[in-house]
Amino acid sequence: MPIMGLTGNYAVAHAVRLARVQVVAAYPITPQTTIVEKISEMVEKGEMNARVIRVESEHSALAAVFGAASGGARAFTATASHGLLYMYEVTWWAAGARVPLVMAVVTRAIGPPWNIHVDHQDIMTLRDTGWIVSMAQENQEVLDLTIQAFRISEDPRVYLPMVVGLDGFILSHTRAPVDVPEQEVVDEFLPPRRQPYVISPETNLVMGNIAPDDIHFLMRYSMSEAMEAAKKVIEEVDREWAKLTGRRYGGLVECYKCEDADYIAITTGSWSGDAKKAADMLREEGYNYGVLRLRFIRPWPTEKIAMAVEGKKGVIVFDRAVSMGATGPIFADVAHTLYGSNISLMGVIAGLAGVDMKARDFAEAMRMFSSRVEEEGRVYEPRFWLLPRRYRGRPERVKEVAKRWS
Amino acid sequence: MVVNIRKLPDRYYIMPGNAACPGCPETMGLRYIKMALGDNVVLVIPAGCSSVIQGIAPRSGINFPILNIVFAAAASAASGLKAAFEAQGKDVHVVVWAGDGGTGDIGFQALSGAAERDEDIIYICVDNEAYMNTGIQRSSLTPYGAWTTTTWTGKKEHKKNIPYILISHGVKYVATASVGYPTDFIEKLQRAAKIRGFRYIHLLAPCPIGWRFDPGLTAKVAQLAVQTGLFPLYEYINGVFRLSPIAKKYKDPKKRKPVIEYLKLQGRYKHLLNKPDEVKKIEEYIENLWHLIDALEKTFTAEGGKGEAIYRSL
Repeated sequence: MPIMGLTGNYAVAHAVRLARVQVVAAYPITPQTTIVEKISEMVEKGEMNARVIRVESEHSALAAVFGAASGGARAFTATASHGLLYMYEVTWWAAGARVPLVMAVVTRAIGPPWNIHVDHQDIMTLRDTGWIVSMAQENQEVLDLTIQAFRISEDPRVYLPMVVGLDGFILSHTRAPVDVPEQEVVDEFLPPRRQPYVISPETNLVMGNIAPDDIHFLMRYSMSEAMEAAKKVIEEVDREWAKLTGRRYGGLVECYKCEDADYIAITTGSWSGDAKKAADMLREEGYNYGVLRLRFIRPWPTEKIAMAVEGKKGVIVFDRAVSMGATGPIFADVAHTLYGSNISLMGVIAGLAGVDMKARDFAEAMRMFSSRVEEEGRVYEPRFWLLPRRYRGRPERVKEVAKRWS
Repeated sequence: MVVNIRKLPDRYYIMPGNAACPGCPETMGLRYIKMALGDNVVLVIPAGCSSVIQGIAPRSGINFPILNIVFAAAASAASGLKAAFEAQGKDVHVVVWAGDGGTGDIGFQALSGAAERDEDIIYICVDNEAYMNTGIQRSSLTPYGAWTTTTWTGKKEHKKNIPYILISHGVKYVATASVGYPTDFIEKLQRAAKIRGFRYIHLLAPCPIGWRFDPGLTAKVAQLAVQTGLFPLYEYINGVFRLSPIAKKYKDPKKRKPVIEYLKLQGRYKHLLNKPDEVKKIEEYIENLWHLIDALEKTFTAEGGKGEAIYRSL
C-alpha cells in the first residue's frame, strides 16, 4: 500500500474514490473546497468514475446527493460552517428518509464576524438530526473513517447518513503521511451499496408523503434504535478494518492512558493530540491524566464513557463549541452520562473561533482542575471559559473588549 | 404530431380517495403527465398542494413513484436522482412537479442552477398563482389586482414571468400550457420527452378555492386565461420560438375575449370589477405581454422554415 503525503481534504477525496462513489455534489466553502476540487480533478482525469454535480448552493448540494442516494447511487457531499447551516434543513430530511449517505464536514467557526478558522460550532448542530457524527484526529483516520462511513451508513441495522468531521486547516490543509489502501482492499471491505428502498419506476414507491402522527412518532423511535444499533456496527467495522489494514482506533472512543489514570480529559477532533501531550506533562507533575477521545458524537458513547471514568477522581471536558445560555455541548452529554456519580466534573470552553490551544493550555486547565479537586473535594464547574492566553486573569481587558465590540 | 386523447392510456393515475379539493387543476395535470409519458416516470415534489394530494402513507392516491423533498430543493434533488439513474444505466424521465412558490420564489435558486447546468429533467411549474396550500397567500406569480390573504386590497405588482426567465437561461425547451387544453399540454410533454437536457413547462392551473370560482369551471377559467390573451401558449425549442396553434389567433387583439369575462368569474377580482382603471391596468399588462411575445417570435426564428422542421421532427 502506497504511503502518500496527503492533506486531510485529499485524504477524503481518495477515500471517496476508493469507495466507488457514483454521484458527488458540493458547493465550495473554505476550508472544504479542496475536497471537491480534488474529486473533480480525479473524475476529469478518468481516475474515478462519478458524476460531479456542480450545484449553486449547499442546500442544493445535499438535496442532489440525497436525490442520487434515493435513486440507488452511492453519493457524497462535503461542506463546512455556513454551508452546513445553509443545508441544515436537508440534513433532517435525509436522515428521516433513512437513506444511506456520507458527508465530510471540515469544521469551521460560524460568523459574524467572518472567520475561516476551526471550531466545532458547525458540526455540533448535527447532534439532533439523526446523522451519525464522527470526528477524526489525524489524516490517516480521516481516510479510514470516510471509507468506513459508507459501510456503517449502508449497514441494514443502521441505514442512517454519516458525517466525517475533520478540523479545518489543522487537518484539512496540513499534509501528513497517509497509507492509502489498494482498491482491492476497499472492495473487500465495502460491499455493493445496500439501502432500504430505491425510488424508481419499477418500485413505484412514494417517499415522504404525509403519514399518521403515531406512525411518524414510531419512525423517530426507530431512528433512535438504529443509532443504538450503530454502536455495535461501529465496533465491528473498526475490528474488520484492523484485520485488513492493521489500523484500529477503538470504535466509538479512543482511550489514551485511561487505565491507570486518576483524571480523564474528554476531547474530540484534532486537538486531542495536544490534550494527550498535556496528559503526559501532568503525569510528570504527579497528576495521573488519561485522555478519552470521542471518535463519535452520535451515537453518544454512553457505556464507553461510563466505563472509562469509573472510579476516577475527576473528568474535565474540553468543548470547542458552546450552547449559549447553557454549557459546551459535549459537557452536557457527559453530565447526563455521569448522572448519579459523585465524580468531580468540569466543562471547559476553549479554542472557539480558531483560537489556538497548545498542550500547555490544556495542561493549565487540567492542572487547575486537579488541584481544586484535591483541595476542595468534589468540584462541579459546568462552564469554565478558558480565554485566549493574553486575556486570561485580566477581567478588565475582557470587559474593555466586550464594551468595544458588542 | 397530433395527439388523439382517446388513444392515450385511460388508467386510473389519480385514484379515488386522493386528498385534492373538488375541481383541483393539479390532479388534472398529473393525470396528463402519465397519459403523455407512460409509466417510465418518477416525480419529484417539493412542499405544496401536491404533497398533500398524495394522501396518507403508507398509501398514495397518485399512481406515480414520488420523491417528496423540502420546499427549496426540487430541481436539485431531481438533478441527483437523474444522475443516479444515469449511473445505473437506467433511462427514466425525472419530472419535477412544483407550484409557483416552489418554482418562482423559494425554489427559484435551485431551478436556475439546474437550468444552467442543463440537467436532463423535465420541470413542470403548476402555477395556481398563489401559495394555496398554506391558504392563499400572494406569490411573485400572483397577478396584479388579485386578492389573497396577504394582499387584501389586491396585489400591487404584476406576475413574474418565469418561462421568459427560463428562455433567458438558454435551456433546450420551454413551453407554456393550460389545464384547459389537455391535448396541447400532452403534445408538449411528448415533444419535451424527445429532447435531452433541461426542459421547462409552465402549466396554468386555476384553483377554485384560491381564485374563488365554481369548482365546475376549472377548465373554462383555464381556457379563458388563454382566450383573453392573459396567458399566451407557446413553445421554445432549441432557440426557436413558436406560438402554439390553438393560441396563435390571440395575437390579434380583436380576436381576444374581453378580459372582464375572465375576471368576473373569479372572486379574487371582485373588488376591482367596478374600477375601470384597475381593469385597464390588466389590459395594459396583456398588451405588454404580447409585445414581448412578438419580440421573442422575431428574435428566436430559424431561417427557411427550419424552425417548423424542428417542431415537425418532434
